[in-house]
Amino acid sequence: MGADTEDHMEVEDHKEVKVEAVPESRLVYDGFSPDYLRIYYGRLFPYAEMYKWLSYGHDGKHPGCDASIMGRREFSFTLEHDIYIRYLSFHDVSEMEATIKSKCPHKIDIGALYNVEPAKRTAYAGGSDRVFAPVERELVFDIDMTDYDDIRTCCSGADICLKCWPLMNIAIKILDTVLREDFGFEHLLWVYSGRRGVHCWVCDARARRLSNEARSAITRYLTLYKGNENTTKKVSLTGPALHPALSRAYEICRTYFEEHILPNQELLNSEGHFEKVLELVPDESVRAQMRDRWQDNRRASVAKDGISASRWKQLKQALESKKVTPSVRRSLEEIIFSYTYPRIDIEVSKHMNHLLKAPFCIHPKTGRSLFPVEG
Amino acid sequence: MEFRSKSSSVVAVKAYGGGAGKSKVSMYLVAPEADVAIEDFEQYALDRLHVLIAIEENRSRGKRAEDVEAAVMDLWRKHMRTVQSDDLLQKDVISHFVLRLVHCRTEELRRWFLEMETALFRIRFRMESPELQKAFIEEHKLPYKIISAAEFDGMKEKLAQVMRASGQGAGLVGETAFYKVPFEEVLDLVATRKVYIHQGHAYVPREQLVTIVANHFRSMLSQALVLTNRNWTAMFAAQEEDRLTPILEALSKRYLAPDYSKSASGSAVTLQELDGLAMRSFPLCMRHLYLKLQEDRHLRHGGRQQLGLFLKGIGLKLDDALAFWRGAFAPRMPAEKFDKEYAYNVRHNYGKEGKRTDYTPYSCMYIIMSSPGVGDHHGCPYRHFSPENLHAALSGMRLSPKSIDEVMEKTRGRHYQLACAATFEGAHSCQCDGINHPNQYFEQSRKFLKEQAEKATEMETDS
Repeated sequence: MGADTEDHMEVEDHKEVKVEAVPESRLVYDGFSPDYLRIYYGRLFPYAEMYKWLSYGHDGKHPGCDASIMGRREFSFTLEHDIYIRYLSFHDVSEMEATIKSKCPHKIDIGALYNVEPAKRTAYAGGSDRVFAPVERELVFDIDMTDYDDIRTCCSGADICLKCWPLMNIAIKILDTVLREDFGFEHLLWVYSGRRGVHCWVCDARARRLSNEARSAITRYLTLYKGNENTTKKVSLTGPALHPALSRAYEICRTYFEEHILPNQELLNSEGHFEKVLELVPDESVRAQMRDRWQDNRRASVAKDGISASRWKQLKQALESKKVTPSVRRSLEEIIFSYTYPRIDIEVSKHMNHLLKAPFCIHPKTGRSLFPVEG
Repeated sequence: MEFRSKSSSVVAVKAYGGGAGKSKVSMYLVAPEADVAIEDFEQYALDRLHVLIAIEENRSRGKRAEDVEAAVMDLWRKHMRTVQSDDLLQKDVISHFVLRLVHCRTEELRRWFLEMETALFRIRFRMESPELQKAFIEEHKLPYKIISAAEFDGMKEKLAQVMRASGQGAGLVGETAFYKVPFEEVLDLVATRKVYIHQGHAYVPREQLVTIVANHFRSMLSQALVLTNRNWTAMFAAQEEDRLTPILEALSKRYLAPDYSKSASGSAVTLQELDGLAMRSFPLCMRHLYLKLQEDRHLRHGGRQQLGLFLKGIGLKLDDALAFWRGAFAPRMPAEKFDKEYAYNVRHNYGKEGKRTDYTPYSCMYIIMSSPGVGDHHGCPYRHFSPENLHAALSGMRLSPKSIDEVMEKTRGRHYQLACAATFEGAHSCQCDGINHPNQYFEQSRKFLKEQAEKATEMETDS
């Protein structure tokens, strides 16, 4: 009953708040503070909106409602001193509000919707037909800037800045397009993760009901970058053509690469940087040719931003020339994809029961709020 | 599904729901209403089990898909033959449901059954004509639709692009019909970007449809198995304890060939005989281990297990086995050290320690699938040796060049068990169809040599 009718119920779209990335000069002073947290929970945390979102219209006021739905959703709290509590659930919004205010969790995670209340799960431990199992869960994605550390030259680790944030923009644009156009999903929530990345919550009923295998498949559809510090070439494009999804992504990637990533990260300015790019070109003569030209130009007085752009033009010309083999020509796309294509954390998306930080909570390390961003 | 005892020798099978299919392939949604004699109950299941096991064996031998299909269809026709042709569907369905009962009780059984039945369904569905396939889909109300000409025109380019990107011929796009299916049905194609998806639908060519329907079959069967388990346990297990349960237990053991845990002839093999036997009757894998043991005065664990269990299977008694290994290790290892560190394992293999399982010697399949590392000598020489080493080993067995060539050819085709059979033929100058188990090689060899010896003495006494 619940599953059928909920598709027809109207779920009011929560308001999307447009927030741009916080420039470094206006960062919050202290970082995380338990006192601010208390105030935040007392006055700012949007309990009603969160509740409305997660109950998906089962607010108890319509005849077709499934009243148990909220009580079966798992939350987890991380309290002071890293005390971690799982399998929490709330029967109504006032219970949720009261519990959060009294416990003042440093971190709130949202888990899956289970077949029974998480608190009662031990009653379902025995027997193969009565297991405590997830029934629904939003399709989620986590894009973390540290996964791009091998190509970032402006920051590393937990730092982010305006120069590398475009990598997130690319990821958001590409994922958003894929999820909406290819998979037909409509209700997407993009949220800043509070420190160094973004999360995406796909809330369509069809997405919530996806099996782990389906989630894994969607993630692999979106994966292009494979390998670790031991592999040189992490993007490997085979075949005479690109899948339509990839050729569509390429347009986005190319624009961002040339306008933002290339100049911001100074990819071709110095030998240390441009050698890494040349590594991805499978033709020694092209590599040698570039090296010669660029080592000569070192002394040319060009504005810093111009060096990478003009060198990139030269490299592109060499790779697009008619004289090279198809695999060399392909490496142009491989280079661009290597430096721009979204890198998703597969483990986060694969399992229904994965716990993910709740939007609107406060990141315990930065003190920043997980605010929605425009998709 | 329910069973009633019509009499002790007849089982009445009744299922709820109805609808018989027009196609020869069934999704086994409903069991037939029929009275089944107990003997048929078991025999039908056994016949089907032969086919399912053959599927497993064929797949593990790395054969090409077409060869597996041909072999399986052959066996299907052979085993599932019945007196009247319309009984074929009955036997098909009944045998499936009996095996469902057999395989519902544990995770491992369910997984195996699911895998093999899906493979079988897939093979049979693929052989159906496009019209019957279409009828099947409609009958079962599967959400797969052929796309209209207009829709097709709109996405022709993209479809061709996907084909080219995944290394398939783009020319197919004009000729074949495309189906629109929910993307959840073709997850492996989605994951590898081998399909065009749009607004949640995947657009697949007709050939892909087989995979989709097979996956659907698999998920239905998976759910059904869980239900069967529940119903059986709740309703019938108790009353069928003496009648059907023993049959089901036996069928679930599934290894239809002898397991060689006891030597067939029953006679023991003595230490003194071992050397001669090794040279004449051991298959190459065991011969190699034996020779390496003599050479190095040591073998690593994998080799000790493979050879040790084999020796148990040919009839080497525990005391003799201990003496054998102690002696083999002796020059490099004092007896006390052997007793402390290795004797326990020998006794364990004979079921005298720990949970006292009498371990069975490894079959060829098991040995072929092992992965010997550096310093190991176990495994299957036809799979794990380099061609040069294999050639040398075969020469060591005094095979004729012609035999060696034949063996090498089979090995190149990755037919390891046929290569072993060819070795047998070369070493014994008699026919051998295939080797499934090293102990089978040994026993066949002993039998042949015994017959030779008897013939020789006969001729002597005659003359």
